[in-house]
Amino acid sequence: MFLTVIGALNEGFLQTLKLFAVTLVGAIPLGLIISFGSMSRFAPLRYVTKTVVWIIRGTPLMLQLIILFFVPGMIRSAGSPWPSGESGRFMAACIAFIINYACYFSEIYRGGIQGVPVGQQEAGLVLGMTKTQIFFKVTLLQMVKRIIPPMSNEIITLVKDTSIARIISFQELIWAGYAFLKGSHGYSGLLWPLFFTGVYYLLFVGILTLLFGYIERRLSYFR
Amino acid sequence: MSVLEVHNISKSFGSTEVLRDISFTLDEGQSLAIIGSSGSGKTTLLRCLNFLEKPNGGTISVLGNVIFDAADPATQREQEIRRKRLHFGLVFQSFNLFPQYTALDNVTLAGKLLAKEWADYKQNKKAIFDEIEAQGRELLAQMGLADRAEHYPHQLSGGQQQRVAIARALALKPDILCFDEPTSALDPELTGEVLKVIRSLAEQNTTMIIVTHEMAFARDVADRVIFMDGGVIVEEGRAHDVIENPKEERTRQFLSRYAEH
Repeated sequence: MFLTVIGALNEGFLQTLKLFAVTLVGAIPLGLIISFGSMSRFAPLRYVTKTVVWIIRGTPLMLQLIILFFVPGMIRSAGSPWPSGESGRFMAACIAFIINYACYFSEIYRGGIQGVPVGQQEAGLVLGMTKTQIFFKVTLLQMVKRIIPPMSNEIITLVKDTSIARIISFQELIWAGYAFLKGSHGYSGLLWPLFFTGVYYLLFVGILTLLFGYIERRLSYFR
Repeated sequence: MSVLEVHNISKSFGSTEVLRDISFTLDEGQSLAIIGSSGSGKTTLLRCLNFLEKPNGGTISVLGNVIFDAADPATQREQEIRRKRLHFGLVFQSFNLFPQYTALDNVTLAGKLLAKEWADYKQNKKAIFDEIEAQGRELLAQMGLADRAEHYPHQLSGGQQQRVAIARALALKPDILCFDEPTSALDPELTGEVLKVIRSLAEQNTTMIIVTHEMAFARDVADRVIFMDGGVIVEEGRAHDVIENPKEERTRQFLSRYAEH
């Protein structure tokens, strides 16, 4: 029984990891683009971006996920645009998570960029650097150093938020644990697999915490 | 010959006029000190020369070429401004060193980036970088920092940081080196080492503009002094004359406040 449960939980955890990884890969760069939008000197772009960030941060991720997954199928005569089965649920979850997390990241980036003293940019300018060179060679690393602690927080939250995708029946870790309560693999009424999922989250977050600690130490050579 | 000619520069922030009809010239090898109380427009003037602020009126010419004319948008194109900035070097009051780079990398970074625009960059990259680094080490040695090349800014004292910043500005061989209150952020015991470096640059006939509150230094090191008040040049002349025998009443009042200390 134990091996059956572990096998099923491993499968669920793999789905959790996939959603986690794709969200990060998408949201980290998208967040940067959104943060540039919210700092734009072009006022209409700034207002539109800030409104989008407000809506995304102001409503539950679970609701966004439900809307994204079900509403297109309700308004399109051709039916749901999402591929059927697990792949469609995964795709919808990835998009909802990327947009949601990119909005949170964008605000962290904005704080990080605006926290780098103006003098750094001015020093680059008087040395004949282009704005792009200043961003990549001067500002970026200082910004990264500043945002590591708040980003660690968000990323750890993301590990656990992946369980929200269960609402559209994405078969992640909690879904896999809960299945043994409802009935699966010939078992039902098993409560401990659901509790046991906590061990996975704990271990994974533990590894991430060590990783962030390592990055912080690697960046401690300057102030 | 005049390296720099500034004509009728004016600058307002909103309805506040910060500079009004500023005109002066600077000859090659000369050092010019700009004195005046806080808010007199000294720093804004330096920032205008370095294109960190855009004047509302007037012209700036370097080596006989008009590089900025408020009335001519063709002189204000973004890409050209980047090149034109290189006529000037600027040493900031707060150093503004790049914290993630060593002293040497601070000095060489901009030179290496500019070298990318050279035609022979790809073939000779190694030789070009070696040359830039050798020159950077030489400049640090000249600043008395030969043994600090591999230190990061936070490992250096304020005076050492400012000397790295001076080396960084010199590395691009500007026609005119500007100092914006270079010792104002330093503890009194550290100002001496920075002033000594600037003094030796003056002795080597570096063309310089120094905004400073160090009156004795301005008198002894600068060739000429400009006294600014309320955004205008009140008095201008040979350094010794202006500081020891000011003609204008306002200059006298300003200097007497320094004499009291």
